[in-house]
Amino acid sequence: MRIEVRDIVFGYTKGKKVLDGVSLSIEAGERVALVGPSGCGKSTLSQIIAGALKPESGEVLFAGKSLPRRGFCPIQLIRQHPEKAVNPRWKLGRTLAEAWAPDDSFLAAMGIEKAWLDRYPAELSGGELQRFCIARALAPETRFIIADEISTMLDVITQAQLWELLLHAASSRGLGILAVTHSERLAAHVSSRIIDFTPHMP
Amino acid sequence: MKRLNRRTAAAIGSAAMLAIVLAIYIGGAMIPDSALQADFSQRGLAPSATHLFGTDFLGRDMFARTVKGLSLSLAVGAAASAMAAIIALAVGVAAAMGRSAVDHAANWFVDLFMSVPHTVLIILIAIALDRGAAGMMLGIALTHWTGLARVIRGEVLQIRAQQYITASRGFGKGSLWIARRHILPHVAPQFLIGLVLLFPHAIMHESGLTFLGFGLPPEQPAIGIILSESMKYISSGMVWLAVFPGLSLAALVLLIDRLGNTARRLFEPREAQL
Repeated sequence: MRIEVRDIVFGYTKGKKVLDGVSLSIEAGERVALVGPSGCGKSTLSQIIAGALKPESGEVLFAGKSLPRRGFCPIQLIRQHPEKAVNPRWKLGRTLAEAWAPDDSFLAAMGIEKAWLDRYPAELSGGELQRFCIARALAPETRFIIADEISTMLDVITQAQLWELLLHAASSRGLGILAVTHSERLAAHVSSRIIDFTPHMP
Repeated sequence: MKRLNRRTAAAIGSAAMLAIVLAIYIGGAMIPDSALQADFSQRGLAPSATHLFGTDFLGRDMFARTVKGLSLSLAVGAAASAMAAIIALAVGVAAAMGRSAVDHAANWFVDLFMSVPHTVLIILIAIALDRGAAGMMLGIALTHWTGLARVIRGEVLQIRAQQYITASRGFGKGSLWIARRHILPHVAPQFLIGLVLLFPHAIMHESGLTFLGFGLPPEQPAIGIILSESMKYISSGMVWLAVFPGLSLAALVLLIDRLGNTARRLFEPREAQL
C-alpha cells in the first residue's frame, strides 16, 4: 500500500511549471514530512497526490495502481483553511456524515463536543473546525492522510493538541501521513523522514 | 415613529407587492362570466363610479375585463417564466458541471438564442405551434432563458471550485449528488429572483403578441385583445378603452419588477448594497 509519485509535471499557467518531474515514494504507515519555502509547490503536490488536481504528466500510484476515479479516496487531504473546506450552509453534523458515520467515542477522542454537531461553521473557531476536518478524513476507508499545513494558523497549544489527535489515530490504525509544513521543527516532531522540497534555482 | 431598518422595510414592501399581485390574480379568476356579458343599454359609457374604467362598444364593464385580462396575463406569465427559469437552471448547471464540450455547446446555444431578436423568434415559434396559449408560452420560454442561464453557470462555476466540493469528491460523491446537495441550495435564491424578474418580460411579450394577433384567441379577455379592439374606437373619442387597461398593464409590470429587485436585496444584502 505504498504511494509512488512518478515524474509529476504541473503548472497553473502555460509555460510556467510549478512541479517539473517530481518523484517520491512513501511506504504504508510511514510518516513523512515535506518541507520547503512558500510557493515551492508543496500544496500543489499534495492536491495531486490526493487526486484533487490532475497533473499534466506523470502518475500517482497507490498500492501499484492509479487512484480510483470513483468512490472513497483512500488518500485523504486535510488543508490549511478548515472554514473553506466545509459547506457554510451545512450544520457540522451533516458535514461529518458526508464522509462517514463516526461513533460517540471517536468524536470524544477527537475533542468534538456533541453540541457542535448542531452548529454552523461560522459558529465555531478555526481550531474546532479543523477537528471536524481531521475527523472527517479519518474514515474507515482512509489509508493515508496528507496534512497540508493543517495547524499553521492555530496557536501553539491547539497545534499540539491537533497533531496529538491525528498521530494517535494514525498509529492506532496504521495510517501513513504526509505532513506538509514549512516548520522544520514540526516536521522533525511528527515524522520519521523529511523530504526537502526547496527548488533548485537555475 | 421609529424608523424601520432597511431590511425590514424591504421585507414589508415585498410582502405588500406580492399581496397586490396575488389579489389581482385571484380577483380576476373569481370574476364570473356574467360580469363580462354584453349589455347594450350600457354601451360606450365614460368612466364613472359604477364603471371605473367605463364600458366598451358592447356595454361590457372595462374594469372587470381589465382585471380578468391581467389575471390571465399573470397565469401565462407564470407558466412561461417558470419554463424559462427551469431551462436556464438545467442548462446553466449542466454547462458548469459537465465536460468542456457540454459547456461549449451550452454557450453556443445561449449565443444562438440571444442573436435572434426576441419578438421575431417568439412569433415564429408561436406560428409553428398553431398560435394559441401553448405556442406563445413556449415561445416566450425559449427566448428568455439565456440571461439567467449565464448567471447560474457563473454562480455554479464559482462554487464548484470551492474546497468543500473537492473534499466531497474525495468522499466518493458523484457530480449529481454534489449538484443536488451542495450546488442547488446555493443557487436557489438567484434562481427565484431570476424567475420573478422574468415575469414582467413574459407579461409584456404575452400582451404584445396577443395584440399583434399571434397570441391568445380573440374570445379570451386578454389585455392584448382589449388593446387591439380598442384601437378602432380611439378615433371616436373612447380613449378610456385603451388608456386604463394599458396603464394597468404597465403598472403591474413595474410592480413585479420592483418586487423582484426588492426581494433580491433580501436574499443578497451584500451584493445589492442595501
